[in-house]
Amino acid sequence: MAVLDVLLYPDPRLKQASKPVDIFDAALRDFVADLQETMLSGPPSVGIAAPQTGRLERIVLVDVSGKLKTPHHGFMTLINPEIISSDGSVLGREGCLSVPDYTGNVYRAERIALTAKDEFGLTRNYNFTGFEARAVQHEMDHLDGLLFLDRLVSRRDRFRRKVYKAPAH
Amino acid sequence: MDQWYMLTFVGKDRTGIVANVTRALFEGKCNLGEASMARLGGNFTIMLMVRSPGSLEELESMMTPVAEKEGLRVHVDAIEGELHHHEEPDVRISVYGADRAGIVADVTGALAEAGLNILSLETDVGGAPADPIYIIYLDGIATLGIEKLDQALKTLRKEKNLDASLTSIEPLTA
Repeated sequence: MAVLDVLLYPDPRLKQASKPVDIFDAALRDFVADLQETMLSGPPSVGIAAPQTGRLERIVLVDVSGKLKTPHHGFMTLINPEIISSDGSVLGREGCLSVPDYTGNVYRAERIALTAKDEFGLTRNYNFTGFEARAVQHEMDHLDGLLFLDRLVSRRDRFRRKVYKAPAH
Repeated sequence: MDQWYMLTFVGKDRTGIVANVTRALFEGKCNLGEASMARLGGNFTIMLMVRSPGSLEELESMMTPVAEKEGLRVHVDAIEGELHHHEEPDVRISVYGADRAGIVADVTGALAEAGLNILSLETDVGGAPADPIYIIYLDGIATLGIEKLDQALKTLRKEKNLDASLTSIEPLTA
């Protein structure tokens, strides 16, 4: 296993779309292991996408188990992930391994249903909510050459939506 | 060595203020840092970190032509500037209610006592002109924990007739 270099914006590879994986072999699983080691060795992170290491293939890893109190699926390898359905819209603050020292507010779907392959090519279906859904959407954006910087909303935006919600008394 | 300055500009809002001010700074060999700019009650206001090779006086006189042209008042302070040291907020609070004098002092006083360090705050006046509502939204750090702030907001709701909500911010790095 090896720790891979994480690309930092403005590296142009972060803005490119990644290709689907079609061969699920030992070399793929070796890469997934390297990607996991990279994720674990850097700053605390709930996910990583293959293109962040310069490999432009549709592979993301997500693990929010370090964040307590949130329901989660533990460590997941999501290959060629596709969102089947989504609903809700929530604002949350995001940062990125590829964009150090900056966080910003981004809207994400509150719930998503997703299908993906695992590292053996088996199809798996998931339902994600909340923080985990956010992490998955953040990682999947990398596969389309998008960063959270592409989705930033102004500080004022949050109140315009929140004002219609009853305050929690 | 270059020095950081905080420049503030205030003037009647019109198109092109930011473009002309920042062009003048660029031509004066300045480098920009973090900035906050907003239209407040028809005025355009700028707070801008600027790194300049020149003195405070040189910067002031360099800004005079563009300030006069754009109808802006300008103020320059030498500051200790530091980039790449963002403080991350862990709480977001909004408070609103029927407008009256003293809301901001009441709210921020109670929250400061409960340990809130404010990182950013904006307020607005909305509602009908005859029946205005005052709105505060802020991000900050709960230095004594979120529970303390929650308690402070409960008291504000009860005793000051305000609506208030608190959201903890759990930043996601991925």
